[in-house]
This record gives sequence, structure tokens and C-alpha cells, in this order.
Amino acid sequence: MRQHPEGPRGPAEVVDGNAIAGSLRALLETDATVVVVECAHCGASAPMATAVVEVDERAAIVRCRGCTRTLFTVLRHDERVELRIAAVASLSTPPA
Amino acid sequence: MSAPRWMPARVAEAVPSTAHARVLRLAVPGWPGNLPGQHLDVRLTAEDGYQAERSYSIASSGPGELVELAVDEVVDGEVSHYLVRVVEPGDAMEVKGPLGAYFVWDAGDPSPVQLVAGGSGIVPLLAMLRARVAGGVGGPFRLLYSVRSAADAMYRDEIDALASGDIEVTWAYTRAAPDGWGGRVGRLGPTEVAAATWPPDQKPLTYVCGPTGFVEAAADALVAAGHDPLRVRTERFGGR
Ligand SMILES: Cc1cc2nc3c(=O)[nH]c(=O)nc-3n(C[C@H](O)[C@H](O)[C@H](O)COP(=O)(O)OP(=O)(O)OC[C@H]3O[C@@H](n4cnc5c(N)ncnc54)[C@H](O)[C@@H]3O)c2cc1C
Ligand SMILES: [Zn+2]
Repeated sequence: MRQHPEGPRGPAEVVDGNAIAGSLRALLETDATVVVVECAHCGASAPMATAVVEVDERAAIVRCRGCTRTLFTVLRHDERVELRIAAVASLSTPPA
Repeated sequence: MSAPRWMPARVAEAVPSTAHARVLRLAVPGWPGNLPGQHLDVRLTAEDGYQAERSYSIASSGPGELVELAVDEVVDGEVSHYLVRVVEPGDAMEVKGPLGAYFVWDAGDPSPVQLVAGGSGIVPLLAMLRARVAGGVGGPFRLLYSVRSAADAMYRDEIDALASGDIEVTWAYTRAAPDGWGGRVGRLGPTEVAAATWPPDQKPLTYVCGPTGFVEAAADALVAAGHDPLRVRTERFGGR
């Protein structure tokens, strides 16, 4: 094994998206209502269930309850779902 | 756990609840069961292929393939009109669920629970009440249920029968009170909310559900009265 001067876990390895499937599974398998959304605009962090959502047949616009900025938009095209991220700083699993 | 998919459902029973609401029991083969407070999405498909999806709370909880919904007809509402006036036992639709891990009650939590319902917002809260009574565990419950008049209350008889001992029920009437009722008639204000709910120092877990405007007003009153906003969980059904 090589020496890793950058720190305990060494330099970043360049791999592909398969490598993060295991860690993202935790996020994607979490019920969306409890996923914690951090607003990139005002910094507020709250469960997705508390966000303001404007919904119609095609789209759901999800806004920060604190500053009203659009966090993300969910678009529906028949069976496909498209997520467009606008002002999300982070998504995280809920506190244990 | 895998992501829920659309599942075929059939109406097993359709029972009138008020003059403008119905209780529907859906048979859903393979339904994995649900927690008190969860909801599902209903998808209706017309003969020409047009589809409509809406969310409905589940009045039942626990294992079993029979899922109870209660739908209140919204003026000019497309899906609620169909579910309240048109659908019959035997009719098919699709459901996706159970959904939501935020607006659920955990029977293992001994905190006092405050439920605040406006109109059809009673549905997920009734699931919590039923689970509290059936399980015999959990802290004391209080329900504040705001309706236009006694005749507009969904599950009125069942709720009156549940009220005893660890479960306190306060009715609020916005348009007309029953004969002989001494209270005030009108929308809930901070005074009515404070009088009928646990004081903040009891650190209750509070669930507020109903039309969006009702939920905003009730949740604001609770937070202004000193309740921890993180312990006031809300579910907004839409409309005003
Ligand atoms: C998580 C969740 C759970 C829900 N659970 C229930 C439930 O258990 N029982 C139930 O009856 N409803 C419930 N609803 C509301 C339901 O999803 C529909 O919004 C409602 O039935 C109206 O749909 P519609 O197609 O009839 O009206 P639409 O045709 O979509 O709308 C017609 C008009 O009614 C207004 N409107 C829409 N929804 C409401 C509303 N809830 N109150 C007042 N006006 C409204 C619209 O703004 C519009 O002007 C829930 C909503 C959510 C998000
Ligand atoms: Zn914000």
C-alpha cells in the first residue's frame, strides 16, 4: 500500500458512480419527509416535510419556509420523475 | 425496505360519513401495513387514459390488506368528488404507499400527545388515537377538533366514544354549535387553542392537520404560546 501523506485516509481515489451506491442508498431509501434539507440561501436546515410545496399536475416547487427561495423542483413526465436542484446546500439522513 | 410502487386496489366498502364525506375501505393485495399518521397516493385513470393523483391519509394502521381512507368533498374538487360521490364497491384504482415518516406517532414515546384537527385533518390523527387505544401504551392524548358544525364532524360517534381517561376531546365549532353548548362559535384563536391544549411545560408532541390555512393559524398559535416549533408537527392538506 502507498503512503498517504494527505491524511489518515489518504488522497482521493478517482472511481465512478458505482462507488457511491452504497452510501447513497441510505439517503435514497430514507422516506423523503424526514430527509434534512439545508437551504443554500439562508442556511436553515429542516425536515423536507416542513418545506413549502406548490404542486400541480406537472410539477412540485419546493421552497424554504424561512426565506421562500426555491430549494428544488420535482417534474413529472408520465412515469419518469426529474429532480432539479436550485438552492439546496445539502441533503442528509435524519438524526438517529 | 424498497421504494413503494403503484399497487392495484379495489374498493371493498364505501360508507357515508357526513353529508359531504365518505369512508372508503380499500382492499390492497400485498399492502405492507402502515404506521399511524402515514398517507398514500391514489391514482385514478379515466377511460381515455387521463390520470389524476392525490394524497390521502390513512385512518387505519398496523398489518392487514384493508386500508381505510376518509375523504371530504372539496367544492369543485375533481378527485374528492369522484371518491365521495361516484366510486362504488368493486371499483379499481391504484395506490402508492405507505408514505411519510415525519407525521407519524411512535407508540413507544411516552410524551403527552396533542392532536389538533381541522375538518378532514382528523384522518391521520384518528389513526393515532385508534393505535393509542388499541395498544394501551403511550402517553395521555388530547384532541382539539375544529369543525363547522356537529353534522360536519367525520367520525363523530367514534371520537365521542374514545373520549375517556387518558383521552380528552375538545370540540370547536366555527359556524354552528349543538344546542345547549356553552362555548364560543368561530374560528380557533390563540385563547381557544391555549385553553384546550397541553401547556408548553408538559413538552407535548403536537400533530396539527387540516386545510393549509387552518394548520398555519393553529401552529402559529402554539408556537406563540411557547411550544417548541420542533415538537409541533404539521401536515397541510391544501386549499386555504
Ligand atoms: C399528505 C396529504 C394527506 C391528505 N389527506 C386527506 C384526507 O385524509 N382526506 C381528505 O379529504 N383530503 C386529504 N388531502 C387533500 C387531498 O389530497 C386533495 O387535495 C383533496 O381531496 C382535493 O382534491 P380534489 O381533486 O377534489 O380538488 P382539486 O380539483 O385538486 O382542487 C379544487 C379546488 O379545491 C382547492 N383544494 C384542494 N385541496 C383542498 C383542501 N384539502 N381543502 C380545501 N380546498 C382544497 C384547490 O385549491 C382548488 O381550488 C390530503 C392532502 C395531503 C397533501
Ligand atoms: Zn432559506
